[in-house]
This record gives sequence, C-alpha cells and structure tokens, in this order.
Amino acid sequence: MKRINRSFQARKFHQAKWDEPVIFELSQKGERGILVPQAEDEIVCVVGDGVSVLPDMMKRKAAPKLPEISQPRVLRHYTRLSQETLGADVNIEIGQGTCTVKYSPKVNDALARMPEMAELHPLQDEETVQGILEIMYKTDLFMREISGMDRFSFQPGGGSQAILAIASMMRAYHKEKGEEGQRNEVITTLYSHPSDAAAPAVKGFKIIHIHPDAEGYPDFEQFNKAVSERTAGFIVANPEDTGVYNHRIQEFTGLIHKAGGLCGYDQANANGLLGITRAREAGFDMCFFNLHKTFSTPHGCGGPAVGATGVVKKLEKYLPAPLIDYNGEKYFLNYEITNNPFSIGKIRLFNGVAPVVLKAYAWIMSMGAEGLYETAKVAVLNNNYLFKKLMELDCIDAPYSKGKQRIEQVRYTLEKLTRETGVTSGDIQRRMMDFGMHFWTSHHPYYVPQPMTLEPTETPSKKDIDEYIEALKRIFEEAYTNPGIIKAAPYNSVCHQLDESGLDDPDKWAITWRTYLKKYK
Amino acid sequence: MDSKGFKNHPYIPNSVFEVQQEMLKEIGLASLEDLHHEVPQELKLLKSLDIPKAFRSEYELRRHIEGLLKKNKTCQEYLNFLGAGCWQHYVPAICDEINSRGEFLTAYGGEPYNDFGRFQSLFEYQSLVAELVDMEVVNVPTMDGAQAAATAVRMAARITGRKKVLVPEAMDHEKYLIMKNYCSPDVSLVPVEYDENTGLMDLEDLQKKISAQTAAVYFENPSYLGFIEMNGREIAEIVHQVSGLCVVGVDPSSLGVLEPPVRYGADIVCGDLQPLGIHMNYGGGQAGFMATMDDKKYVLEFPSRLFGIVPTVVEGEYGFGDVAYDRTSFGHLRERAKEYVGTQTALWGITAGVYLATMGPQGMEELGRNILQKSQYAVKKLNGIRGVVGSRFNSVNFKEFIVDFNSTGKTVHEINKGLLHKNIFGGKDLSAEFPEFGQCALYCVTEIHTKTDIDKLILALEEVLYN
Repeated sequence: MKRINRSFQARKFHQAKWDEPVIFELSQKGERGILVPQAEDEIVCVVGDGVSVLPDMMKRKAAPKLPEISQPRVLRHYTRLSQETLGADVNIEIGQGTCTVKYSPKVNDALARMPEMAELHPLQDEETVQGILEIMYKTDLFMREISGMDRFSFQPGGGSQAILAIASMMRAYHKEKGEEGQRNEVITTLYSHPSDAAAPAVKGFKIIHIHPDAEGYPDFEQFNKAVSERTAGFIVANPEDTGVYNHRIQEFTGLIHKAGGLCGYDQANANGLLGITRAREAGFDMCFFNLHKTFSTPHGCGGPAVGATGVVKKLEKYLPAPLIDYNGEKYFLNYEITNNPFSIGKIRLFNGVAPVVLKAYAWIMSMGAEGLYETAKVAVLNNNYLFKKLMELDCIDAPYSKGKQRIEQVRYTLEKLTRETGVTSGDIQRRMMDFGMHFWTSHHPYYVPQPMTLEPTETPSKKDIDEYIEALKRIFEEAYTNPGIIKAAPYNSVCHQLDESGLDDPDKWAITWRTYLKKYK
Repeated sequence: MDSKGFKNHPYIPNSVFEVQQEMLKEIGLASLEDLHHEVPQELKLLKSLDIPKAFRSEYELRRHIEGLLKKNKTCQEYLNFLGAGCWQHYVPAICDEINSRGEFLTAYGGEPYNDFGRFQSLFEYQSLVAELVDMEVVNVPTMDGAQAAATAVRMAARITGRKKVLVPEAMDHEKYLIMKNYCSPDVSLVPVEYDENTGLMDLEDLQKKISAQTAAVYFENPSYLGFIEMNGREIAEIVHQVSGLCVVGVDPSSLGVLEPPVRYGADIVCGDLQPLGIHMNYGGGQAGFMATMDDKKYVLEFPSRLFGIVPTVVEGEYGFGDVAYDRTSFGHLRERAKEYVGTQTALWGITAGVYLATMGPQGMEELGRNILQKSQYAVKKLNGIRGVVGSRFNSVNFKEFIVDFNSTGKTVHEINKGLLHKNIFGGKDLSAEFPEFGQCALYCVTEIHTKTDIDKLILALEEVLYN
C-alpha cells in the first residue's frame, strides 16, 4: 500500500453527519428509557397511591408530551449529536479568541466525577466535607498568590456573574460611605467584554465607554475627562480583546483611586500573564479569573464554570457569603467576615461550583509555578508566531500597535480581502468548517471591520498552528480565485448554510419543537 | 535555556526547547524572556510564584487528589435527608455518559455549523422542558434556580414598567438574598406573610400589599418548605387584577404529577434543573431555566440565548440559530441589552434534556408519585416518634416537609450530630433561618429512599432522642 503523503496543505475533512431527527420524532408510544424506583408494597399499604391527597386543581390533568424512547435509541441520538459537535478534544481550537480554549486534562475530569465530589450535598456537616473544603481553600490561596489579592469567592458561576459581583461590591462600598447616590457611573473600554458594560448596568450604573487611541490603548485623555466624583469604578480587561497590553494601566487605576473609585480587573485574558504580572501591582482592588478558560476546567458548551472573584483586604466584607476558611485544625465555611449589612449577600446558591474549583486545583498542581510561567510564555509565543505568519499575508491586517508584540490573542481584520473580493470574515468563518476548523469573529458591534479573533493558547503544537495557517491561506487564495466556493460554504459540515431570515421574526421563529409544529405544520 | 519554565510539559506541546527556539527565531527573538516586551518592567513579577511544585506524574496527582477527596463522606455512604434546593435523585447512567463526551465537554462558542450537535441538543432541551411546564419558550440555562427567579421578576418589571415584586416570606433566605442583590437598586422585593398553620401565602396580606405598582407576585410550587401552594389560582387572579404578572418557581421533578403553573395562571415559570439527571456536586450542579408563552412581549425580554430551529438552503435539512440575538448583551446593544449573558450552565441543560428524553411521560409521572408516597410514609412514621411532629404544616407536601422537634427537648443541632454518628445526614436545621419555628428541620425524601432507609432514620432518631 502506498504511504499517505502528509505534507498536505489542508486536511481532507468531513464532519459526522447523521441526519438525526429532532428527539420528538423518535417517539414510539410505549417505549421506555428507564425504570423508576417504585414505592414498596408496605409503603403503598400505609399511604396508598400518594396522589389522591392532592387537591384536584393541583393534579396534573394531561401527561407532559415528552417523547417515549427506549434507552439505546436515546443514547444513540445524543452520541450522534455529540459527534456533530466540534469540541476542543477534536479540532485544533485556536480560533476562539478571548475564550482561552485549551486542553482540559482528562484526569481532572475523572477526579471531579468521583462520588466523593459528585455525591456531596452542599449542606452536609463541615466535618464530612473536609476534603473539598481543603481543595477550595488551597485554590483560594493559589489565586491570591497568582493575582496578589487577599481573598477569593468561588460563587460566581462564570466571568459575567463575577463582573456582576464586582459591580455589586462597588455599589456596596460606596453605599457604606454614603456615596451610593452620587457615584452612579462605571467606566469600561470598548474592547473589554460586553459583560463589563452589561452587568454593571444591571446594578443600576450608567456606563461610560473609553475608546481606543491610535495605538489601540484606551484613550487616556478621554479617560481623564470621564473620571469624576460620579465614578463608582472602572472595570477593564488588560490585554483587551485586541491582545494589546495597556502598559499605562497603573496610571488608569491611580486616577480612579484619586477620584475615590474602585478598580475591577476582568482577567478573561489572563492566560498570557500567569506568573508574569499581577492584578495588585497594576493597582486593582478586585479581579476575577475564568477557571473554565485560564485554568482549563473545561467550557462544557458554555458552563458550568466559575468566575473566581478576588478582592483586597478592605473589600473582603462585601463578598458573598460564605467564604472558605481554615482555623489551623479544620476547614470551614466562614460567615463572619461578611456578616454585615453591606455584604452583597449571595450571588449563587450554596458554596460555589465546587467540581470546577477541583479541576482548577488539579490543573495548578500539575503545573506548579514553572508550569504556569511556561503556560504564559508559550501562549504568548504561539500567538506571536501565528501573528507574524499571518501578517506576512497581504490580505490580512491587525489594527493598532504596529511592530509591537501582542499578549495571548489578536483581533485581525479581513477588510482588505473583503474590499478586493467581496468575501467577508463571516464567509471565511463558514468555509473554515470545511477543514475541521473554526474561528470566532468578534463581539458586536464590530469596531474592527471584518474581524477574526484568534487565540492559540499554550496547547496546540507548532504543527497544529501551521496547519491552521495553511487552511486560512488556502481559503484566502480561493477568495481571489474562486470566491463563489466560499460564498456557498460550508460543504463538509453537518448542515449547509442556514436560512436565518426567520430568527428575528416573531411569526417565524421557533424556539421549541411545539412552536415549530404550530407554525410550520 | 529559560530556567523558570517547565520544559516538555505533557499539556504544552511547544514547551520543547528546540521548537521554541525555532519559533522564537521566526519572530526575531532570542529567548522567551524577550516576550512580554509590552509589560512594563515595574509591573513584572520578579520572583517565582509561591505555589507548590508540580506533581511529577499524573499518577501522583491522582493519588494526591483522591487522598483529599477520601476525607469527604458522600451521600452514597451516608443516608441523606438534606434537600433545600439541591436534591438527591437517581442520576441515570446515560446522563453521565452523554455529559462526559469530550465533544460536548470541550465545546464552547462555536457556530451552528461546527457545533451543530450543541445547538440541536440545547434546542431539544428547551423543547423538552417546555413540554414539562406546558409552555412554549425556554431559555438556554442560566446559573441556578435563584438566578432564574431573579431574572424572571426583572423580566416582569420590564414588561409591566413597574418596580415592585411581592415574594413569599416562607422562601429560601439565600435565594431571597440572591434575588435582592440582582434586583437592587431598580426593583424592590416585598415579602408577603404566610399562614402559620399551612405555610400558604396569606391572601389578606397579599391583598394589602398589592397595588398598581406591583410588577409581579413570585411564589413557588412546591414551596421551599415543601408544602404545595394550593392558592395558586387565587394568587394569579389577584395579581392579574392589577395587571401584574404571576411568576412561579417550580421543582421540575414534581411536574409529572403536579399541575403546571400555566394552568392556574402563571405568566413566567422558572426553576432549577439540578433534579433532572445532575449530581449534587456540593451545590455545583444547579442550573436555572425560565419559560413563557411564545409572545414577543415576553420573548424579547429574555436575557439568555434562545436557540431556534431554521431551514437551510438544502431542502430537508434542519439548522439551528440564535433567536433575536440583539436582545442579548452579546449583540449590538451591550449595556442597553436585556440584563447580561455569558457562560452559564449549558452542559447541565443538555443533561436535563437527556434525562427528560429518557424518563418520558411515564417516568416523570412515576417519579412524582413515588416521591409523594415515600415522603408521606416518612411523615407518618415520624409522627409515631414521641414528641416529633412529622410535618409542621397541615398542608400537602411534595418531597420536603418540616419536621418539628420542639417537644423533644433537643435542638436540631444536637439531633443532627447524633444522626451523623449513625451515618445519617438529618434535614436542614431551620432554627436560624426561621426562628419562629423553634427547633425544626427541613427533611427531603425522594425516589432514592427505600422503606428500609426511612425505617432506619426513624430508629436512629428514636435512639438519638431518647437513649
């Protein structure tokens, strides 16, 4: 047999395509997926059918119209759907810029699925959960060391909820000082995550956006004018989504402090900075890490997750209760520190998303200080290598800070390519699927035109990055030679181009199968 | 060579020195130290981080963490009667099988083309929960049941243009704090008193507090304290009279036997998905959902993503996409969008879908019936213990009930310590949360409890109380 030539430019790929029906279409009357434990005869003798005690108006009259499917068919259905999903385990995931989609070690997931984690009730006596409390407490200590903060809460179930916690603490802090009414503005930047604006708005703040200057840094002059006695705080990512690191960050945080405000650091983009620089030295009072991003825990299609939220000592009292603590003998849930009328109370039920914290702990313990440093260095190396290679191409550019390094990601623009060929970044995104790859454009609105945001993280190899570049190059070439092929892509995905015209039309959208049947049959 | 790093790390392919040199050369740098040029020197950490050295093998890491976890006592080893918002149900193996598939576990923000299965399975989860609650629109899940309730009442406030929400005083205090933080400063929560004999919302107090400023009345069925709110229809009528909305929190495991709230007037239904095939995870298995009818007045107020089914350019092919994306803070509006959206609990949504597809209508009916039977049996048996009242309220309960120990002369704290020695987790101590009850505990009985388990509890309680 002839040996396969592996010096390919782009992989011959076809995604699994099962033509799988919607689950309701699999229903066969009478089939069952599982048998439920029944009450023993002795119980039935004592209480009867259990349902007769319900008043008639509380009894369900018509059974829910759930499908009836035997177990092998349910399993096959969902296994097929999983095969139609291109998680990081199966593709070279360097295209989800800002999301830090890195390798999630299997051993960590195996540990988090042990019954000693999965089968714990959050209200168990503390002496029966010493293991998980120790893990959470020690992860808090690691987070303190990595950020320079003094205390962490693992309650926020994601980065955006962490931002909500930070905004809530800003409000609580100013309330205690009697300045809640006066300090009603939160400043953020255009290239920080949209939740840095949206979550503080939920807490009643007016949002001020700082625009980038010519170099891509938040405009200091605009910032200077925006800061006032109305400023409650500043919530910002650094680097921002462009990958440009704001080297004047201390001046920004200093100005906020001078005006009496607080500074919250969105560390969604921390992967390139582990062991390099910290929130405290940059002047932040609060920060958060996305454990599902930087600490690998993984993303789970969008959670469960943790936005580990850290604060400096003076803000500890505002954190949500309880905190995890250690008294030299045992680990315990500390309600004392936050036992004051100004604590924000609670952000999430119980004590945080413990299995995610466990996986982050395991990841840190598999890294050590040297591994975290290597992570940051290689994430930045990979990114700047990719950056250099892509900038050699004529049709692509990256606005701002010409000739300078980026941290862990870059927001590119394909504006020139679009201008010259009519092919947009959205078109190219679809075509990438034909090579088993993906990239993410940008948050809206697109301040960088025809955007493409790439973040390789530390976990692809050089060959992986080269393969990704080759796929992009091939598509860019197609744009000039045969744009039609891109316009009609994808071909090798599960489905062809969507007709999205109904998604914004209340008469046409169908958010559930029952509304689909109502509108279309 | 850079001495600070960890070369040849198994998770970091490019930690190989030679590869790094090649890549550095490509970008015109001599060493890794030359990276991070844009971070000012005065901000750079000069020392190494003070965290433990990495384990030298995956095996040692595993041994270490298993060792820590072995210090925990699980609800498999101990007999558990704790509930209070996180419930021990049987998790079908198929749920774990699907949510541990690497494709789902490691997917994130892909497009409907590369993440087709993620979109379809979440659309199916929405559709399955919609059948359970008998409504038409369900969101991609939010953080937990408390966040779902908080968002549901904020949705009601926007829909009605009003700022006051009435909530039951007999609700989970922690859930109340979450809702309060999320609603303030825009929307205020006003507790409505409860009847001390039944736990039901005091309709007179409700009438007194309701007004033309009321955006919504929120209540739960079954309630936090386990009783079934029989006056759902009356409450809905009262709030509808002032053109406010009726928001009802449900425990989805009850909906095979209990009437879905839309049937007695609910406008928005919300709840926690954890009972649907998700392990307790020390509270890490919570996930919230909201449901409404397919009315754009409601749909456009959801902050969450809503996946819809669409045609593709090829006939006979379904596709999926985001419905009314610009509602969300991911769209063009940022802070002017509906609240905010971000990473929440999607994998638990997929899992809940698998659970409902597996259980089917008959499974959900049997689940509800068994919980009713077993919890009623437990109450009866508890009543047989001297000084113990099996259920403090004389209403019908689902899954949970308040056990009254006031006449035993012992505190719940003492009793639970005694039970712990017998490898039993007694119910949640309510003495701090509801001091008016004195020494009472919230017990939870589900389909996983056998007659033997309940009898073992009774015997243990008798010993703890009187031996």
